Amino acid sequence: MLERTPTLGALLAGTDDWLIVTGLGGAANDVAYLTDFAPRAFTMDGAMGAASTVGLGLALAQPDREVLVVTGDGELLMNVGSLATIALQNPPNFRILVVDNGRYDLTGGQQTATATVTDLEAVARGFGIRRTATVRAEADIPAARQLLQTRGDTSFVLVKVAPGPAAQVRIDRDGSRLRSRFRAYVLEGELR
Amino acid sequence: MSGTEPTWPAEVYRLLRERGVTQFAYVPDAGHRQLIDLAHADPEAHAIPCTTEEEGVGIVAGAHLGGTTGVLLMQSSGVGNTVNFLSLIEHCRFPFLSIVTMRGDYGEQNPWQFAMGRAVEPVFHAMGVMTLRADTPTDAVRTVTAGLDMAEVGGQAVAVLLTQRLLGAKKF
Repeated sequence: MLERTPTLGALLAGTDDWLIVTGLGGAANDVAYLTDFAPRAFTMDGAMGAASTVGLGLALAQPDREVLVVTGDGELLMNVGSLATIALQNPPNFRILVVDNGRYDLTGGQQTATATVTDLEAVARGFGIRRTATVRAEADIPAARQLLQTRGDTSFVLVKVAPGPAAQVRIDRDGSRLRSRFRAYVLEGELR
Repeated sequence: MSGTEPTWPAEVYRLLRERGVTQFAYVPDAGHRQLIDLAHADPEAHAIPCTTEEEGVGIVAGAHLGGTTGVLLMQSSGVGNTVNFLSLIEHCRFPFLSIVTMRGDYGEQNPWQFAMGRAVEPVFHAMGVMTLRADTPTDAVRTVTAGLDMAEVGGQAVAVLLTQRLLGAKKF
C-alpha cells in the first residue's frame, strides 16, 4: 500500500500557489510539512468535519485562485453531507483530496467505515461530484494529479494509504494567528 | 399572497448586500423564504443550501478567509447542529453573523419545538456568540444593521434572533 506523506507530496507537486484548507490530524501535519508551514495552508486542529465547507466558502470567495481541501476519511465522514452542498455549487477552482487510511489515527487507530465497507469515491459520485478518482498505487498518481490540476467541475480524489504516522511536525495551533496570516497572504494589498 | 407579504425581508436583503455579504448559506425555513429567494435570484451572490447548519458555519469562515462576507440563515432548531463548528469561530476569532428564525418561543403550539427554542441563547452564549432579538419589522432591519456593525466591523460573533412576535407563531 502507498505511504501517505510521499504520495501526498507527489499529488501536490506543482501547486505552490494553491490555497489549502486541511482537516485535523495527519492531513494538517502532512500539508504543513509539505508546504514548509506556508501561510497559504490553513491547518485546522479541531472543529472536526469543517474542512470541506471552509474550503467551499473560500473557493466561492476567490474564484481566480485554486483551492484545495486535504482531509482524512474520518474527518470527512463526520460531515459527509457537505459533499451534496459542494456538488450543488460545483466551483471550478475547487477540489477535495482525501487521505484514506481507514483509521481514526488520533484516538488510537480505531477503524473507520472505509476500512471495510464504505467507498468514499462512490459516496462522492453519489452526492453528485462529477470528476472523481481513487489512487491505490503509484501508477494511479499521474492521472489523479491531472484531474486535480485541471479546472472543470469540482473534483474529488481518494487516496488509499497504509496506516502509519503522518509527518512528525508540530503545527501552529493558534487558529487566530493562522487565520490572520492566511488572509494577509490571500488579500495582500487589499487589506486596509 | 404577495400583497400581504412583509417588506422587511427585502430591506434586510438589500442591507446585507450593501454591506458586502456575497454568500448566503442556509437551511430553509419559512421565515427566511424571501431572503433565500432573493439570494437565488441575485447573480452577484451565492445562495448555498446546506444539508446541516454546521456547514454554514464552515462556509462563513471560508468566505472570510477569502476576503468576503457570508451569513448563515437558519431556524432555531438548527442552532444545536452548529455547536462544535462554532469552536472554529471562537478559537480563530472569525467574524460571524447568523440570522435565526425562532420556534419554541412566543405563542408556539408545537411542544416538540420548546426544548431547542429555550436552548438557543444558552448554546450561543456558551460558544461565544452574542444574541440580539428582533420583535418587530422595524427592529429586524435595525438589529441586522447592529449585527453587521458588531460582526463585520467589530469582528465579533453575533446571531440575530427573529422572534415569533415578528414572524407569527406557526400552526405546525
